[in-house]
Amino acid sequence: MSNLMTNYYEAAAVILFGIGFMNLLLAKNLIKKFIGLNIMDTAVYLFLAAKGYITARAAPIIAQGTAARVEDYINPVPSGLVLTGIVVSVSVTAFSLALVQRLYKHYGSLDLDEIMKKAKKEEKV
Amino acid sequence: MINEKKEKSKWQHFVDWVNGEEAIERPKKISLQKINKKKLIILIRKYIWSRRKKTALHLIMCTFACMVFIGILLHTVSTLPYFGGSTNPASNEVVERYIESGVEETGASNIVTAMILEYRAFDTFGESCILFLAVICVVMLLKKDAAEETEEEKAFDQEEENVILKKVANILTPLLFLFGCYVILNGHISPGGGFSGGAIMGAGLILYACVNGQKSVQRFFTYKTFLRINVISLLAYGILKGYSFFAGANHLPDVIPKGTGWDLLSGGLILPLNICVGMIVMCTVYGFYALFTKGDI
Amino acid sequence: MTAVNYIQNIPFFSIFLAIFGGIVTPVLGNGKTAQKVNLVIVTVIGILSAVLLVHLWQREESFTFMMGRFPAPWGNELRAGPLEALLALCFCLVMALTLTGGSRFLQKDVLPGKQNLYFTMIYLLLGSMLTLIYTNDIFTAYVFLEINTIAFCAIIMAKGSGESIVATLHYLVICLLGSGLFLIGISLLYSITGHLLMENIQQAILDLVQTGEYAFVFAVVIGMIIIGISVKSAVFPFHFMLVSAHSVATPASSGILSGLVLKSFIFLNIKMFYCVFTIDLIRSLKITNVLFVFGLMGMVVGSISALKERRIKHMLAYSSAAQIGYIYMGLGLGNHEGMVAACFHILAHAITKAMLCICAGGLIEASEGNVGINSLRGAGHRNLVAGIGFTVGGLSMIGIPLTAGFISKLYFATATIYSPQKMVITLLTLAISMILNAMYFIPSAIAIWSPVDKKAKIPKPSRAMQYAIGIFIVLNVVLGIYYAPIIDMIEIGIQLLES
Repeated sequence: MSNLMTNYYEAAAVILFGIGFMNLLLAKNLIKKFIGLNIMDTAVYLFLAAKGYITARAAPIIAQGTAARVEDYINPVPSGLVLTGIVVSVSVTAFSLALVQRLYKHYGSLDLDEIMKKAKKEEKV
Repeated sequence: MINEKKEKSKWQHFVDWVNGEEAIERPKKISLQKINKKKLIILIRKYIWSRRKKTALHLIMCTFACMVFIGILLHTVSTLPYFGGSTNPASNEVVERYIESGVEETGASNIVTAMILEYRAFDTFGESCILFLAVICVVMLLKKDAAEETEEEKAFDQEEENVILKKVANILTPLLFLFGCYVILNGHISPGGGFSGGAIMGAGLILYACVNGQKSVQRFFTYKTFLRINVISLLAYGILKGYSFFAGANHLPDVIPKGTGWDLLSGGLILPLNICVGMIVMCTVYGFYALFTKGDI
Repeated sequence: MTAVNYIQNIPFFSIFLAIFGGIVTPVLGNGKTAQKVNLVIVTVIGILSAVLLVHLWQREESFTFMMGRFPAPWGNELRAGPLEALLALCFCLVMALTLTGGSRFLQKDVLPGKQNLYFTMIYLLLGSMLTLIYTNDIFTAYVFLEINTIAFCAIIMAKGSGESIVATLHYLVICLLGSGLFLIGISLLYSITGHLLMENIQQAILDLVQTGEYAFVFAVVIGMIIIGISVKSAVFPFHFMLVSAHSVATPASSGILSGLVLKSFIFLNIKMFYCVFTIDLIRSLKITNVLFVFGLMGMVVGSISALKERRIKHMLAYSSAAQIGYIYMGLGLGNHEGMVAACFHILAHAITKAMLCICAGGLIEASEGNVGINSLRGAGHRNLVAGIGFTVGGLSMIGIPLTAGFISKLYFATATIYSPQKMVITLLTLAISMILNAMYFIPSAIAIWSPVDKKAKIPKPSRAMQYAIGIFIVLNVVLGIYYAPIIDMIEIGIQLLES
């Protein structure tokens, strides 16, 4: 338990991940579903960013005129991964929301159950 | 006809099945047992397994699964290396080299930029491709085929009537562009880079479109320009990076000057790459906005 | 200055060629030009892969290729061996043939203004699959997994109808769930090992296993990564997303889906086994047993669902689910021979299922667009080549000698000898599954060949499709007769992966 208090960033990230996961499974509204997915991704980035942080060290932009010592800066790798990851999740979210918009134009609903019903009816016709 | 069908022999059923006229299960065949079964199902539905109960069970199961999942992950987190510790497994020789010789090897003093555009550039290339891919997908999904516009879409072409909003936005737009350029050009020596700068410039474009109507953006930024800027930037990115991969992997001599650290013209290929990325991101961000609202760029 | 070793540059060239093709295509004019250029580029990549394959196979070696100036723990890397080159060759071949064979359906199903965008997706899909095969870095694998997902979703929804978008949505949700699990798995892995390159992670993992540190985290990581990739590759309980996507897509897309896309995920799984976690560890954690059980269940459930199905495309989709089950069963056997058989089945199924999809498209076209098996009666007479292709494909799926499917089943059966406790159940399930396969393929074959005197006006089958199916049939039979060199390549490839 005390470990969880030390790793509170990671714990928060994990709980956020769970919230996103639950949204993905349970939300009937498609937009909520995909936002849940986005929350899942964001939680992972929070986790990564927390893993890169080292107490009392600066961001990894080397100051001019000083020797670059590894003891002065935090770990740059997770920051880079998060940058890459954010762009990936932006693209995925944009794509899925575009799908949702198209579906809304076609079926006039955002509710997955209703869309499925209408799609089945359409298939029979 | 119906009588004949009812009295089909087993062989006839088999022949029909082979011919593909009949599935192997025959739900339509009515017998006494089936009726009882149907009644039983109705009874079960009524008293034990109603639809409401089914959704409730689904809810409970999902919640339970998620709770277990979160529990496992929380336990995992509690055994992970401590937050903020300086001796974590992640602080190893990789980080050491990135920080201590990053400026010397890449010419960029922003180590994160150096990492994503020099050390691990292939990931970033994939990332630019995925942006391109996403915007092309959105074009495939939402771009209108017909020329006529609905009322709702026409609303996006209209100018804003509020004078204060319009004046302020028109002052702000060039400033946003300037700031975006600054962030892109200084990506290798200060926080920022192509992605953030491009997003700022895209926001400027969106603001302009919001206030002056999307028609006014179409004067200088049509679908064709959008596609061309995207393709040319990504192609330039790919060629530059492809060359540096090829030269690096085959140990060819490095001909691109690194410049002195902390100068604007330093960092070798990082500056042009950042500009390419910035262009792609700007087009993509505005493209998303235009396609989602009006269905056309 | 050292001489440039061009052979070693082939993986890099193939990936970049595919991606460049994708970038240029949107400004390339109409769909027909795009298709021609696509065929050329895919063929070039295929030839390059063949050269690489022959080179590596004769020398029995593998190599790593730096992406940039920085070596292993600092920069990205690619890795190529005979197995990777073989898969790349197979992917290019199947993709070129499927697109050629399905070109008429494509022109009919996809809006004319968006056909070149469809090819952009095809290129990026190929690029991402090649990267998944060759990469030696798990974060690169994640990025390209996402590219793969989006590109493939775009290919399914290219038809633009309401039901195709609903199917895409289902596929997308399941896929993103898989990649989400994979992402959290690699973040946890990074936080305990501090590396992203496969070799370095493996070294760190071996050290961790010796000291016994982070044992729980480690188990969670393996679970997340393997489950994530398996979910994406439509393993048993998740096969339903495959069915809806398969049945609505244009024939070329469905051929690419079950023939190639799922295979690239499975190969990533194999790579994770050998290059990241080491096979001994996977075996000692009983991951193989779990995969084995799901594989067996997939085989039986998939076949039974296919048996109940009366629409031909749905039937093929369920059959794909069953074949994925075969591959996971092979992985789950946990021995070298099972792995070889699984890899061979990847190739055999890629060739067979892509052909079946194209043939099904041809047969449906010859029956005025009806998808029910009963309305396909006599379609084989109306489209002769598609009928023959469907029959040969069906025989290969059942596992009749002289076809590729027979060899993979033979190797699955022999592989069981090396894991005695799983032997009986594997052989039993193999037999049941073969009978079930026969039970649904033979009736449909009889249906398409049974004579009818209906004189309907149907379009003549296109020449491109006839050639493509012809080549597919030849390939299938060649793989069924001259299988020894292929098996040899796979064996060498797996040994090199292991070392």
